[in-house]
Amino acid sequence: MVQPEQRMIEPVVDRAAESEPTPVEIRDQKLYSEMGLASDEYQLIIGHLGRLPNWTELGIYSVMWSEHCSYKNSKPLLRRFPVEGPRVLQGPGEGAGALDIGDGQAVVFKIESHNHPTAVEPFQGAATGVGGIIRDVFSMGARPVALLNSLRFGNLSNPRVRYLFQQAVAGIAHYGNVVGIPTVGGEVEFDDSYEGNPLVNAMCVGILSHDELQKGIAAGRGNPVIYVGASTGRDGIHGATFASEELGEDAEEKRPSVQAGDPFMEKLLMEACLELVKKGLLIGIQDMGAAGLTSSSAEMAAKGGAGMVLNLDDVPQRETGMTPYEMMLSESQERMLLVVEKGKEVEVREVLDKWGLSSAVVGRVTDDGRYRVRHRGRLVVDIPVRTLVDEAPVVHRKGEEPAYYRQHADLCPEDTLAGVDPQKALKKVLSSPNVASKQWVYQQYDHMVRTSTAVRPGSDAAVIMMDGLDKALAMSTDGNGRYVYLDPAKGGAIAVAEAARNVVCSGAKPLGVTDCLNFGSPEKPEVFWQLEGAVEGMSEACRALETPVVGGNVSLYNESKGTIHPTPVVGMVGLVTSRHHITTQEFKQEGDIIFLLGETLPELGGSELQLVMEGKISGRPPQIDLAKEKRLHHLVLAAIQKGWISSAHDCSIGGLATTLAESCFGRGLGAVIRMETPLDPAVCLFSESQSRVVLSLPGEYAESLMELATDQGMACTRIGTVGGESLVVDINGKHVIDASVQQLKTDWEGAIPCAMNPSSTS
Amino acid sequence: MYKVIITVRLKSSVLDPQGTTVKGSLHSLGYTEVEEVRIGKTMELWLNTTDQVEAGKRVDAMCRRLLANPVIEDYEYRLEEGA
Amino acid sequence: MRFAVPVFPGSNCDVDCAKAVREVLDRPVDLVWHTERNLENFDAIILPGGFSYGDYLRTGALARFSPVMESVAEAAEKGKMILGICNGFQVLLEAGLLPGAMRVNDHLQFRCAIQPLRVENNQLPFTRLYEEGEEIHFPIAHGEGNYYCDPETLKELEEQGRIVFRYSGENPNGSVAGIAGVVNAQGNVLGLMPHPERATHDWMGSADGARLFQSMFRTWEGINGAA
Repeated sequence: MVQPEQRMIEPVVDRAAESEPTPVEIRDQKLYSEMGLASDEYQLIIGHLGRLPNWTELGIYSVMWSEHCSYKNSKPLLRRFPVEGPRVLQGPGEGAGALDIGDGQAVVFKIESHNHPTAVEPFQGAATGVGGIIRDVFSMGARPVALLNSLRFGNLSNPRVRYLFQQAVAGIAHYGNVVGIPTVGGEVEFDDSYEGNPLVNAMCVGILSHDELQKGIAAGRGNPVIYVGASTGRDGIHGATFASEELGEDAEEKRPSVQAGDPFMEKLLMEACLELVKKGLLIGIQDMGAAGLTSSSAEMAAKGGAGMVLNLDDVPQRETGMTPYEMMLSESQERMLLVVEKGKEVEVREVLDKWGLSSAVVGRVTDDGRYRVRHRGRLVVDIPVRTLVDEAPVVHRKGEEPAYYRQHADLCPEDTLAGVDPQKALKKVLSSPNVASKQWVYQQYDHMVRTSTAVRPGSDAAVIMMDGLDKALAMSTDGNGRYVYLDPAKGGAIAVAEAARNVVCSGAKPLGVTDCLNFGSPEKPEVFWQLEGAVEGMSEACRALETPVVGGNVSLYNESKGTIHPTPVVGMVGLVTSRHHITTQEFKQEGDIIFLLGETLPELGGSELQLVMEGKISGRPPQIDLAKEKRLHHLVLAAIQKGWISSAHDCSIGGLATTLAESCFGRGLGAVIRMETPLDPAVCLFSESQSRVVLSLPGEYAESLMELATDQGMACTRIGTVGGESLVVDINGKHVIDASVQQLKTDWEGAIPCAMNPSSTS
Repeated sequence: MYKVIITVRLKSSVLDPQGTTVKGSLHSLGYTEVEEVRIGKTMELWLNTTDQVEAGKRVDAMCRRLLANPVIEDYEYRLEEGA
Repeated sequence: MRFAVPVFPGSNCDVDCAKAVREVLDRPVDLVWHTERNLENFDAIILPGGFSYGDYLRTGALARFSPVMESVAEAAEKGKMILGICNGFQVLLEAGLLPGAMRVNDHLQFRCAIQPLRVENNQLPFTRLYEEGEEIHFPIAHGEGNYYCDPETLKELEEQGRIVFRYSGENPNGSVAGIAGVVNAQGNVLGLMPHPERATHDWMGSADGARLFQSMFRTWEGINGAA
């Protein structure tokens, strides 16, 4: 029986289990280092407690102070992100961010990584990543309406990579499909740098009414803390610490750290929690995600300015003989922690019972700022709660410009790539898994459940209708590790600009950002330099495009045989004000005029053409002028809203040629393109210059578009006409591409299925 | 107490796509002697009873009604005493 | 005309089915929790898609023992229209209200796409507004839609015109004879893997599913007079 009123000084046990080392042994044998704590951090803990910590307490500090939970390495950088704006209802710090979208509604969204679990057990690792992000969104009180994901894998010629890719996609599909949330978009890229350390970033988008917005807080002395969902087992112990270390050769042996997911339980948990929200029964709610019961309860107590007493004997357990250490650090999935008003327990219980969920009161809120845990009648943890959360140590690291960055300055890929045959290059680029159709992936995802999906995967951004309203939500994820590697600040800015551009091309105004920063070890000065630069570039772009960062996640230590390309992934959400504005990328009708907005410069550093022709990337990535980018967005959106535009597609990897080919594929309509340029034809067609969009529209609107573009100071070039069954490109009067759309499409569609099934290609 | 081990698998007349795929993978790993793979599932039940005959009858009914789908699946089971 | 959509733990197309009935027919529709035993006040029942009970053991195997299924069987007996979509179809198979069984897709992957289908029988309460042999498009989204029945049953289904929809073009799951949907001998219980409720507006990619719901309403009107 928990007695929160009890104020007498009760000693904390030295050992909660016989098998554990004593506090003195921990100190003398420096056992804290096994948990990833540095000796100065250990000294800090002793200072906070006024005594030596026992094994359970040490475990709690180690997970709460891990990068995954405390952002100790990245916190000083994350402060640079703009986090405020007129629409922001909830910024970083809760399960997910929330933005006002009018009509009393808000969009709630967040992206999160599950990289290390995927590296060792791809199916469950990826699946539980999806589960975690869904809980983050519904714990805000929002109904999840869409999932997206950004994936990075090594080269598909490696059988282990194929296995990881196939299993991760199947895991993502399994979880999202069972819960019944459509997976509507995302991106996949392949690069050798991800070979031993794939990236799985999952994003969830939800909708709620303003008055339903929940917080993860514990408040009100004596209020019950209710545990609901799956029972606790020994799975995933120390997952947060695992995520904050490099993957060594022994990564596979760390398999016990990977949890198994139960999406059926998640579905029940989601429905039950949303019912509790609708009934207004909750004071606070939080997912037991990374660092499980420890982080959820400690964060709730800290955010509520309260304290908490937990009684572990009341925690539903799946295995026998679990120690407090194991229960506190377990990352068993599909569990939530609720704080409700005293006296409402029965009402809450009725809802949970209806959904067949087991639940238990496992503690009480206190007002003394202490975080206490009891087990078998003994006090096993007694910690000042703020030292776990608000006072977690911050590490100020120094970046150092790496040698490779200087070396690349003198390289000029545009010179070596000039003269490449555009037709052959197009075939190669379209068959590259980075550019090729991702149908093999997204046809495994249920992208239509909930019957709201207006733009399905495969376009620049996905669009979700809102029931009963004329408006819709557009969403996209974007990242380009190659650009960021070559120039972190430019690459970071481009990631934001491109995600916003994708959303604009679908007819939406970009509203805000969630980001996932996937980097190597911050202890390496060149990696910290990459992180610093990328955050700077992203922040600048977010400010320029007025898209605040409302939440996100940092995943460091992505190293196995080497460091991954620095890969910030941007999740962007936009608002379509009327469903009539929803626009897709494919050409719609013969005779439409094709325009290119923006300017093409000789920019092939880090491009897909460079990769497929030279097998590696070098030089500098494209420039980005954020003021111009913003004018482009205004122009495209205005033209769409005036009803002129048949199709809009952004120019990104693979350049203009790829954009045109992809626009042809949707309906099998060809195009005849005639351009004049001082550039080499291949450079012109495959340059990855930013701030460019290809539009098609009926001839009657052509004049108006050009006038509007002139007003906005945007280059707007008429480059051709939709029609025929081939993509024909003349540059300076010379025929450089003449290819049947069907043939190009076959190459583009076949690339990934062929790569995944190498025996069938011979 | 009886422990019951039940095996459910697709009838031999029904194509087993998982088995076929696993066979292909085993062949590509060099185990070319594998002629057929059938994939099924094993279930373990613990029964609180002392009457073996009655236990067998009830387990058989459980298999017919729920644990196997007689349209496509066969089942077999064995009882172990005192598990 | 009033519709019931039974909701099992793990159903996830229940809301979509209700939305389709409201938007296409503007008729009342109730989501009915699986513990309900009485469906007498309803004129038609739609068993929705999803993963009832996680599809643990076998798809639909646990849902068929839910209390609500007894009244579904009674309603079928009385000749009321029962429509099982995706997981709903799997439940009808497990419950023995339709013949056959479901296997894992032959390519072993979940498959979601807008699928062309051929209407094989337009003489049914569910299909009267389609042309015979018409090609229509419904989304599919399943990992276990590989329909199986033994050769005798298949012959019977063929002869009695009980194969209602067949996959047109590529068979997405390996089902016997390209079967996408079958009806019982009385013609009032239809099960199909594709999702008509996901094809009710052009912006969804197809509006061909609307006529299935309209057919059901037209049938009911024919029996009960204009509502």
